[in-house]
Amino acid sequence: MTAVSMMVNGQHVSAEIDPRTLLVQFLREHLRLTGTHVGCDTSQCGCCVVHVNGDAIKSCTTLALTCDGAEVTTIEGLAKGDVLHPMQAAFRENHGLQCGFCTPGMIMTAVELVNRKGTNLDEHTIREELEGNLCRCTGYHNIVKAIGAGAQAMASAAE
Amino acid sequence: MYEFAYHRPGSVSEAAALAGDHADGKLLAGGQTLLPTMKQRLAGPSDLIDLSRIDDLRGIEVKDGVVTIKALTRHVTVATSAEVKAAIPALAELAGMIGDPAVRNKGTIGGSVANNDPAADYPSACLALGATITTNKRAIKADDFFKGLFETALEEGEIITSISFPAPEKANYQKFRNPASRYALVGVFVAKTGGHVRVAVTGAGSKGVFRAKEFEAALEANFAPAALDGKSVPASGLNSDIHADAEYRAHLITVMAKRAVAAVA
Repeated sequence: MTAVSMMVNGQHVSAEIDPRTLLVQFLREHLRLTGTHVGCDTSQCGCCVVHVNGDAIKSCTTLALTCDGAEVTTIEGLAKGDVLHPMQAAFRENHGLQCGFCTPGMIMTAVELVNRKGTNLDEHTIREELEGNLCRCTGYHNIVKAIGAGAQAMASAAE
Repeated sequence: MYEFAYHRPGSVSEAAALAGDHADGKLLAGGQTLLPTMKQRLAGPSDLIDLSRIDDLRGIEVKDGVVTIKALTRHVTVATSAEVKAAIPALAELAGMIGDPAVRNKGTIGGSVANNDPAADYPSACLALGATITTNKRAIKADDFFKGLFETALEEGEIITSISFPAPEKANYQKFRNPASRYALVGVFVAKTGGHVRVAVTGAGSKGVFRAKEFEAALEANFAPAALDGKSVPASGLNSDIHADAEYRAHLITVMAKRAVAAVA
């Protein structure tokens, strides 16, 4: 067992873990933050995307120990109390989900995309950037719409 | 995943010492290939030597027409680097085509080159640009580095520290991707410097990345897509799988090479 500590959603956490523990296992099984999902477990579907030091990464393909000392944000860390993050609200308003399994990863990818490329995103850019996130229900159309709207809402929220 | 002992050295020399002590260990860079391989139990290193805290291994420098990228530099950093875009735009474009955004946020150039996956993108840039791979022990020319499927000239305990790419006059990379894995079914990197042209092909060769020397000669005589009319790489040395058979890959190599030349001719 090896000691690990990190900031998760603003809270300091530490634990003794098996070195094999993936970040997603650490989040779900040790911290009980089950909003981050495991879809394919082969870094293709993006259901497990979280932010590590601001970068969107696949937590099924990252060791928890590599994140020692890092700042991690999961889907649970986006809302402020009962107030949804603008991207979460945009997914609800635009019906950007059906079963919802891929949604946490979609939203974490979308928020990082806005942080990286700004709030004026055209449809082509959004579709290209969603390359690493799979949805098996919606056909992406409403997800793309939701991200465009969420990006605009993030711009208004920042003003 | 099989059990392993975890190490997190703070310097290249410490990492090299650990690698020397643990012959069945493996170096962990971004982990975007190694961790999936370990999860499938296709690899079971006794020790994992995590290089992520060696800050000396990060950074990009452009000096005297040579772009030097340190080994732990991530794909996203190369893809968005103003210096790389100015000196070798094709290299930045290539980095931006690897995997997906989350993979590019973790994966590193050193990890990709050391792994030498036959469908990885960077080996083609190394070979076509005549890069030099620098390790903690020596400098290795790209022509001598890639030895076959997942095989390189790296010895036990040898760690890539940086890769240097001389800026060409013209270069372009064209990739025909497998839409599911995002690896290259065929990727062709063409680089021209003075009268010299180098063409490197990834994704297709049964022994990994290779130079298409017949294409190079034709393009040295006439740097235009038409110079490759009727030319093709023999299908006999190419991969056949459920995604593309060897004849189709041979066809794609000519098409991608022509597109690369057309993009910059």
